[in-house]
Amino acid sequence: MVGIIGYGTQIPRYRIKVKEIAKVWGADAEALSKGLNLYEKSVPAPDEDTATLSVGAAKNALARSGIDPKLIGAVYVGSESHPYAVKPTGTIVSEALGICPHVHTADLEFACKAGTEGMFIALHLVKTGVMECALAIGADTSQGAPGDALEYSASAGAAAFLMGTKNIVAELVDTQCYMTDTPDFWRRENAHYPEHGGRFTGKPAYQKHVFGAVEAILEKTGMKPKDFDYLIFHQPNGKFPVQAAKQLGFTEAQYRYGLLTPTLGNTYSGSSPMGLAATLDEAGPDQLILLVSYGSGAGSDAFVFRTTKHLLTNRDLAPRVRKQLNEHLQYLEYGEYAKFRGKILKPE
Amino acid sequence: MNVPRHWRETPERYRMEAAKCRKCGKISFPARLICPECKNKVFDKINLSGKGKLLTYTIIRTAPEGFVDIAPYAVGIVEMKEGVRVMGQITDCDLLSLKTGDKLISRFRRINEEGKTGLIMYAYKFVPDVGI
Ligand SMILES: [Zn+2]
Repeated sequence: MVGIIGYGTQIPRYRIKVKEIAKVWGADAEALSKGLNLYEKSVPAPDEDTATLSVGAAKNALARSGIDPKLIGAVYVGSESHPYAVKPTGTIVSEALGICPHVHTADLEFACKAGTEGMFIALHLVKTGVMECALAIGADTSQGAPGDALEYSASAGAAAFLMGTKNIVAELVDTQCYMTDTPDFWRRENAHYPEHGGRFTGKPAYQKHVFGAVEAILEKTGMKPKDFDYLIFHQPNGKFPVQAAKQLGFTEAQYRYGLLTPTLGNTYSGSSPMGLAATLDEAGPDQLILLVSYGSGAGSDAFVFRTTKHLLTNRDLAPRVRKQLNEHLQYLEYGEYAKFRGKILKPE
Repeated sequence: MNVPRHWRETPERYRMEAAKCRKCGKISFPARLICPECKNKVFDKINLSGKGKLLTYTIIRTAPEGFVDIAPYAVGIVEMKEGVRVMGQITDCDLLSLKTGDKLISRFRRINEEGKTGLIMYAYKFVPDVGI
């Protein structure tokens, strides 16, 4: 048996409201918020980045699992905002957690799917007996170009999952991937902001791959939408995952715990993993969870987990997602936000 | 701070690694070669819990080079649960409501960078311990 033995998240305490951004660009905030089901987003402090958020999330996962960090054989950090172009985030994170030196690490990139890629690898390394424990993290401090639609949603956060075979809180039932080459979103080397292929967003991208992964894993496992207690889809905004869930025959009761985007924004690689963490915060034992990520470029990873009774004692050992999301917030004006995100041009 | 020194101090800066004297139990942070209490030279490595309370602090308004953009900010001395005192920056806090005795917890953060193309230096800072 293999599965999650500890999980944790980290969310910066700073927020900016959609209407504060809309004010600067003369956009209709109400229409934006209603259309995208998006009201505010997290903003990293100037001293936070993918490495620092990863360490925070992983410390919470370690606290929940109670294991010695030296037992961890692999650390995978999925992100599209690694602090360096060349120099791994994984070494920084492993060193800060006291896992070095007997560890395999890799930085993964696949737009918003990089977090679940790490989970996929970590789960299978443990499953095949290569190592006792493996750590997978999805983290981002993503940026949208000023005034671009993505500026309203691109936010920051991290989720970490420790995979193992003892004291499992959510057992892995099955996985399935769905991947094609799709030009919906990209960022070239040295480009500060990503570009998106307008009409490729939505139907031929998000929908096609999420639907493809869901249909494939339902067929593989012989399960139906109503068999699942909970559902988490990637959440680039609050509209896409809700629409997709309804079209596929899922209900609000299944996705409500995992839907964080309306007040968190899109944490990219952290998005669906953080939704999974928020669902584990609330789920009971012996419940089925379906997790489906999406990354532009494009692809989806689907996972089926079954919770265990250990979840109930384990989850009180670190802060829950909704507490990090809703408490001790500090709201920024656009000017402060621009300074925090390095959007202000200063003389050298 | 230069790159070799930052690298050398990684254990204490990244994970608050301290030395616990095997003879008298005194904890030294940063680690020492000789115990200041009993002169013993054998230690066990431990990581500080990161939890403590604020003993004293000051607010930096005229910051040195490399820290100008984050001013004003607080720097304080924190008494850790393990008894040692540690100096560090206090962030994610309301400077006006900060007071001695506040419960703080360490966080792994960016401290500085060697310009936009140089090394990024990470280390501990402190934030209010509010359970998140
Ligand atoms: Zn001693």
